[in-house]
Amino acid sequence: MNTNGETIIGVEHLVRRFGDRAVLNDISFNVHRGETLVIMGGSGCGKSTLLRHMIGSMKPTSGLVKIFGDDITAMTEREIERVRLRFGMLFQSGALLASLTVGENIALPLLQHTDKSPDEVEDIVRQKLQMVGLTGFEELKPAEISGGMKKRVGLARALALDPELLLSDEPTSGLDPIMTAVVDQLTLNLTKGSHMTAVVVSHDMTSAFRIATRMIMLGHGSIVAQGTPDEIRNSPNAEVQQFIHCQADGPIPLNLSQEEHKDHQHVRPRPFLGGRLRFHHKHS
Amino acid sequence: MKNYIRLNLSLLYWILIAPFTGQFFKIGPIFRQMVFIGVRAAPMVALTAFSVGVTLAMQAAHSLQSLGAEMYIPDLVMLTLLREMGPVLIAVIVIGRSGSAVAAELGTMKVSEEIEALEVMAINPVQYLVVPRFLAMLVMLPALTIFGNYIGILGGWAVCRFALDFNTAGYVMRALESADTWDLYSGMIKSAVFAWIIITIACNAGLNVEGGAEGVGQATTGSVVQALLAMLVTNAILTGIFFFSA
Repeated sequence: MNTNGETIIGVEHLVRRFGDRAVLNDISFNVHRGETLVIMGGSGCGKSTLLRHMIGSMKPTSGLVKIFGDDITAMTEREIERVRLRFGMLFQSGALLASLTVGENIALPLLQHTDKSPDEVEDIVRQKLQMVGLTGFEELKPAEISGGMKKRVGLARALALDPELLLSDEPTSGLDPIMTAVVDQLTLNLTKGSHMTAVVVSHDMTSAFRIATRMIMLGHGSIVAQGTPDEIRNSPNAEVQQFIHCQADGPIPLNLSQEEHKDHQHVRPRPFLGGRLRFHHKHS
Repeated sequence: MKNYIRLNLSLLYWILIAPFTGQFFKIGPIFRQMVFIGVRAAPMVALTAFSVGVTLAMQAAHSLQSLGAEMYIPDLVMLTLLREMGPVLIAVIVIGRSGSAVAAELGTMKVSEEIEALEVMAINPVQYLVVPRFLAMLVMLPALTIFGNYIGILGGWAVCRFALDFNTAGYVMRALESADTWDLYSGMIKSAVFAWIIITIACNAGLNVEGGAEGVGQATTGSVVQALLAMLVTNAILTGIFFFSA
């Protein structure tokens, strides 16, 4: 772990509220160059919201998000665009443009932001596709390939501009175990070889422990635990232990109702099936 | 409404200011959209315009014959087409065909995170998606209107020639005499304004979709209804300005 390196991401006292509910509540952490930070936590704990603040597509209620040393929460759209050129993002669904082929999708950032000739761009596209194990898929449309392949193309596109920072939203969900290992190995090679920094949001514990140099666990909008993989593995926190050992029983509540979420008030549940559905009910 | 104004301002920036800062828009996507919005709509426009031309001539014949003024039928067909029916009806076709398609396409891109992916790649969605569609529409709607006017006049001629015993030269001469260039230009100005209204409403509806497939459906319907209303109201205002003031 390289904690003395340059700080790539600095999140300071980040708070984000939707109405009364604090989805992110006073989050602070740093990511240094060459690190791989894995953010984990149950569904709906605010992982994706946190990621959206790091790419500047959401503004916090209060707090700072510094990328490469500059606070992006105070930037204009044009200034954020300049920062975005230095990082790549892999979306959960891949988010490929459906109207373009696989090859054109990967070429898009290169054609938009560099002066490379079409031949050079094609070479880079082929090389990136080879990296994710999809040689020869240039001509296919996203609709013609599987979900896992889309994700790998999304990764190739995120890496097209050789970014300094890679943000991945669940890079391995929907991949088979072998492809998961390939993507993990790729992340490891990139962070080791080119001093790329990676932030990975993941549910997949095997993959998380394989690639992480540091881990953060989120719960109820705040950081439950953070540290190296070893520190997390030996954490005394019962929520962490339940999560990393994939257990159904534990302190993390199984069912969250909205009322519980608010004030633990017990309100009689309102009927929610409207006339539309009740109409279809068969009286037998 | 705030989003709509912001979209228009951003559009103006990317078309009028950005090219001078070295960010010129790409020509290829504009032509692709022109084929979709314009060329592929031509058969539908032709059929509509021909029917309208025929209908106008028949209605004119019905009224004017009782006054013994059949010779004015070409005038009526020509002026109605150039000033009103041409721009309005062809805009209606384009709203139904291209406006709805643009709203649905951008809406689907929005819900499948494609717009967000563009933003993260530092590609401005207005520059990349809206500008080519806007410019294509701004060129193709007036072009379709001119094309539709020709076909409509042809429809009027068909009625006059085959049902009312006009000779072709007489029809053409009469039609050309009745209209001056301002009649054509006023129709062109209208159709350029309609183009602006149609494409900005469609893009705005698409880019602001929320909530999955249902949201895309609502945005598409909404964009068609809003564009129709806005177009018809604007038409009334422009007719007032062009032909009724002073």
